[in-house]
Amino acid sequence: MKNGLNLLPLLLIGFVLSACVTINIYFPAAAAEKAADRIIEEVWQIDDATRTDNQQKPAEESQP
Amino acid sequence: MHMTTLRSSFLFLYLLCLPLAGYAQAANIEINTPAIAKLKQSMQQRHAQLQSHYDSGAVGFTADGSIALRNAGAVPMAARQSVNMLVASENQDRNALYREIARANNHPEWERDIRNTFSQRWISLARKGWWYQNADGSWRQK
Repeated sequence: MKNGLNLLPLLLIGFVLSACVTINIYFPAAAAEKAADRIIEEVWQIDDATRTDNQQKPAEESQP
Repeated sequence: MHMTTLRSSFLFLYLLCLPLAGYAQAANIEINTPAIAKLKQSMQQRHAQLQSHYDSGAVGFTADGSIALRNAGAVPMAARQSVNMLVASENQDRNALYREIARANNHPEWERDIRNTFSQRWISLARKGWWYQNADGSWRQK
């Protein structure tokens, strides 16, 4: 019984952590970036040939 | 007896959540909805009028994914009102776009993340000579 009481908070923390991970951390940042690029290229009517950031990879440029 | 039931139910919930986390990670971003298509169309048409103001430096890209009139002096007095209206409508569309993308993906709470992603990508894809705002609020030219 004593053992059971020690295990419960651990399981609770595990559950809360897995819920947090599901909700917050897994924003698909890479997919969002690609989606943003597709929309911006359409709105500004640019294609890969006329992109001004061809020399620098956009993904690296935007990293802090 | 009660403790055992409680324990196993927590364990069950815990195990239930593990595959969900993996699924969410593999998720894609949905942008093919009528609402998003309409906003894109509207922004594309407006861009033809905004472009010269980006070129002149009158309008720049803010750090929060919007645009702003940063140098009214670059706009002739007579055109200032219309530029203000262009900026306001563009920001309305941009706000709606970020909200719609979050909603189309069944994660309204992603709106802020999507806005952040866009604010970086607008600036990265901006032409040389266009102005953008740093996180500290200062303006820089590409």
